[in-house]
Amino acid sequence: MTPDLAPDLNCARLTKRFGDTLAVDDVSFDVPPGSFFSILGPSGCGKTTIMRMIAGFLDPSSGDIRIKGRSMAGVPPNKRPVNMVFQHLALFPMMNIADNIGYGLRRQGLGKAEIARKVDAALERIGLPGIGARKVDELSGGQKQRVAIARCMVLEPDVLLLDEPLGALDLKLREHMKVELKALQAAFDTTFVYITHDQSEALVMSDQIAVMNNGVFEQVGSARDLYYRPDTAFVAGFVGDANRWQGRITAVNGEAMQIETDSGLTLRGARHGRSLNVGDRAEVFVRPEAIRIAGTPEDLQHFDNRITGTVTSLLFNGAASRILVRDTAGEEIEVTLPQSGEYAALSRGDAVHIGWSGDQGNCFPAGAA
Amino acid sequence: MKTSTTRFTLSALSLAIMGLAQSGSADTLRLLTWGGYAPENVIDMFEAETGHTVEVTKSNNEEMIAKLRATGGGGFDLAQPSQDRIAGPQMEFGIYKPIDVSKLDQSLFIPSMLSATMANTTVDGAVYGVPHVWGTSGLVLNTAMAGSVKDYTDLCNDDVAGKVSYRLKRPTLIGFAFAMGMDPFAAYGDEAAYTEMMGKVEEKLISCKANVKAYWGGGDELMGLMRSGEAVASMAWDTGGWKLNADNPDITFVAPASGALGWIDTFVLPAKGKADDAAYAWINFVMQPKIAAMITEAAGNFTASKGADEFASADLKARYQASFPPEAVDNIKWYPPVPAGLEAIEGGVLDRVKAAN
Amino acid sequence: MRAEAKLGFILLLTPLLLWLTLLIFIPHVDMFLVSLRERVGVGKHDTSLANYRTFLTEPLYLWTFLRTAVMSVVATAITLIIAFPVSYYIAKIAKGRLQSALFLLCLIPFYVSELVRTFGWMILLRETGLVSNLLLWAGLADQPVEMLYNDAAIMVGLVYTSMLFMVVPLVTTLESLDDSVIEAGYDLGGTGFSVLREIVIPHAAPGIVSGCIVVFMLSLGNYLTPTMLGGKDSLWFTELIYSQFIVRFNWELGAAFGFMLLFLSSLIVWGMLKITGQTLEKTMG
Repeated sequence: MTPDLAPDLNCARLTKRFGDTLAVDDVSFDVPPGSFFSILGPSGCGKTTIMRMIAGFLDPSSGDIRIKGRSMAGVPPNKRPVNMVFQHLALFPMMNIADNIGYGLRRQGLGKAEIARKVDAALERIGLPGIGARKVDELSGGQKQRVAIARCMVLEPDVLLLDEPLGALDLKLREHMKVELKALQAAFDTTFVYITHDQSEALVMSDQIAVMNNGVFEQVGSARDLYYRPDTAFVAGFVGDANRWQGRITAVNGEAMQIETDSGLTLRGARHGRSLNVGDRAEVFVRPEAIRIAGTPEDLQHFDNRITGTVTSLLFNGAASRILVRDTAGEEIEVTLPQSGEYAALSRGDAVHIGWSGDQGNCFPAGAA
Repeated sequence: MKTSTTRFTLSALSLAIMGLAQSGSADTLRLLTWGGYAPENVIDMFEAETGHTVEVTKSNNEEMIAKLRATGGGGFDLAQPSQDRIAGPQMEFGIYKPIDVSKLDQSLFIPSMLSATMANTTVDGAVYGVPHVWGTSGLVLNTAMAGSVKDYTDLCNDDVAGKVSYRLKRPTLIGFAFAMGMDPFAAYGDEAAYTEMMGKVEEKLISCKANVKAYWGGGDELMGLMRSGEAVASMAWDTGGWKLNADNPDITFVAPASGALGWIDTFVLPAKGKADDAAYAWINFVMQPKIAAMITEAAGNFTASKGADEFASADLKARYQASFPPEAVDNIKWYPPVPAGLEAIEGGVLDRVKAAN
Repeated sequence: MRAEAKLGFILLLTPLLLWLTLLIFIPHVDMFLVSLRERVGVGKHDTSLANYRTFLTEPLYLWTFLRTAVMSVVATAITLIIAFPVSYYIAKIAKGRLQSALFLLCLIPFYVSELVRTFGWMILLRETGLVSNLLLWAGLADQPVEMLYNDAAIMVGLVYTSMLFMVVPLVTTLESLDDSVIEAGYDLGGTGFSVLREIVIPHAAPGIVSGCIVVFMLSLGNYLTPTMLGGKDSLWFTELIYSQFIVRFNWELGAAFGFMLLFLSSLIVWGMLKITGQTLEKTMG
């Protein structure tokens, strides 16, 4: 293996036990240099444990972590070529901004003049020149965020770890910081490992996303893969929104299949290479934007799933507006309105016809998630 | 006599609160006294007989005067300082009121002691005190290990080095002065002579300091030191020696060659006392020979009650006789009244001894 | 509404004002007046600064004060050095039950009076005491060892008595330090020492300062511990004040001593705050 091809971060069969609980179960992954890698999962799934093992605050029960090919076993946090942006940023309140950013450089024993130069350069880079003398609590949330990143980046780490750093920000700022973080990553050209429970953060910023649940990686792939080709029912349910039915398979024809839901509907779906046979229990996931609305059943002739129902709720959200449709079985189905605005006049109680192609109905063996 | 170490501020505060709480109830006798002078059984008998209630506050000479001074003589109805501490503080602070001896059953008192005490506590023709309990201070020795100690100054001998304890208070100064062949009582009236005398005592005490294990403050502290054998020779009250003697026959009170120092604790009426009748009743009650013997049993010291000796326990009498052969009784130096201001001279000496290395 | 608020304000303020005036201000004024009196004869007094002159010209008194102050400073320093790791352990390392149990352990000695605590030390340290016997038994000493009645014994007693008053503010400030801030210190390359120096101690500074002020004042004003454990050489300033008031009946000099203690100790605290660059406001906030 030549150094050029070596991943920046390599975790091999990483396992962590706390007493009887298995927090991280035999997880392996590579993060290529310069990429933005996210670990996405609900709280308690073990993602923070992985991050703390990479940073060195926890020792793995078994398995190994390599950074640029070098094993981190037995290396204390302060000797690792990784730095971490903490959930609540953990800026040092007793120091001003310049001292915060210069802290790591002082630990490296750099001269005063050089530290000052590097701190100024870092402030310049995050777009906050001249704030070095300010106190931490004089900064806004977004400014603190950038300072926390700069504080790590002046040390030029091989890998930067980010532990849900946007969690404390309000929504507007969070949306803005997503874009900014991605830009900063590109500017610093450093490998970012980002953990979050917020799928939109992961989807927007990441080159690669690992979806984690119960200590294992369910799927690793690009945002597009996860969204359109989920490997497991958990990923299908966790990434993006989906309507979900449970039922029994009544017919299989190549990739296409027919399923009788517990509520009594007959739906068509696709198994996408998963092993499903007639008589198996299964789950079907259909994204709201995959469902079309029509005024007459004739307009939906080309879809193999067609349902008639009444509108029970209108969820206006600009371009992402949706309606809830109650079907004949009494279930509510979420449907995205087309952006053309042709159904903007719909109101509660209106009868609508909806339909989608069987290919959009992702089937998974039930009980897998 | 016992001492207790309470912080001044605290006592002053509690005093003020007590004073507030109790003004107006004339039936309550607030007694400021020494430990052992008002035993529970005597109080019960008194309360049953007279209907008055008694509240006891235990203290020592200095604190009694300090407490009374803090309130201008209020807060208590009867106090029991030593007879040499009445005239001086009365002249200086006016904290007592004259005692009406006609209200007392004088036949209960040993006549010589009564007249001597009354004489010593007379200020401007008014009598302020009558005697209650008397005793002496001298040497408490572990005779098996401190055989060489015959007088106060022998406490500085090499063979008891590091095993000596005494109080850093005025009885020690007086005792050492006598043992050094001087007569401090004669010099009471002459400040210059007294200062010079105390200077000599100061030198002696400083040179003697290396011999001292610890200056004791409370009676319990001394008991502990003597009982454990950490100290073998000390200056203390006779009762302390006798109590220790009951536990360890080697330890006993010895009257020093230059004479034991005799003290008499008295009854005085604080200037702002509110229950004088109860106070007179208490005095008359406790001076009855049988009651006095009960107090002797509790306090360990004899009283000025005539005929109480008969009721005293045989043990105590035996110890007393062993410590005081007849010539030693004659040699007792009774404290004359301390002139006001003398404490300042002694205080300086005591401070310098304490600070010396 | 405004009138009600005003009434509430007055009602809340009244106990404080009463407390300050009746129990603090008036007695101090009275003491100050007493300290200005000079005894010129039996029951006669003049107003003068003679008592303060006595304090300043008598080397014994100055020396005693100096000794008391230095010993108190040393006791404060030792208390801090011992209490800091203890507090750090309680606040940051111990969790849940253990944490409250440890905190309670620090509290337990204060369930008994200072007198009993001091007696406890006397029982341990005296020549016929536990430690001495233990040393004899273990063959580490060939004769009873006297550990009582010296400055070291005073120091032990003062530190023991003061511990809680240092631990409480330290635990409080250390608990308010986010764990991730400490971790960030390590993550960015800090060693245990540099994290302590640059992050933990600066953060705990208000707790350290308030703990030190309390412990220093308590030590300086302590009476029982130095006199009982110090024995013949204890020589503590409060002892001088006590004996002036109680034994010498010299309230005038005692009051002057009291005021000098108040003045000089305030001066020392102020000086220490200046040296360490702290302010009282920061400590309280």
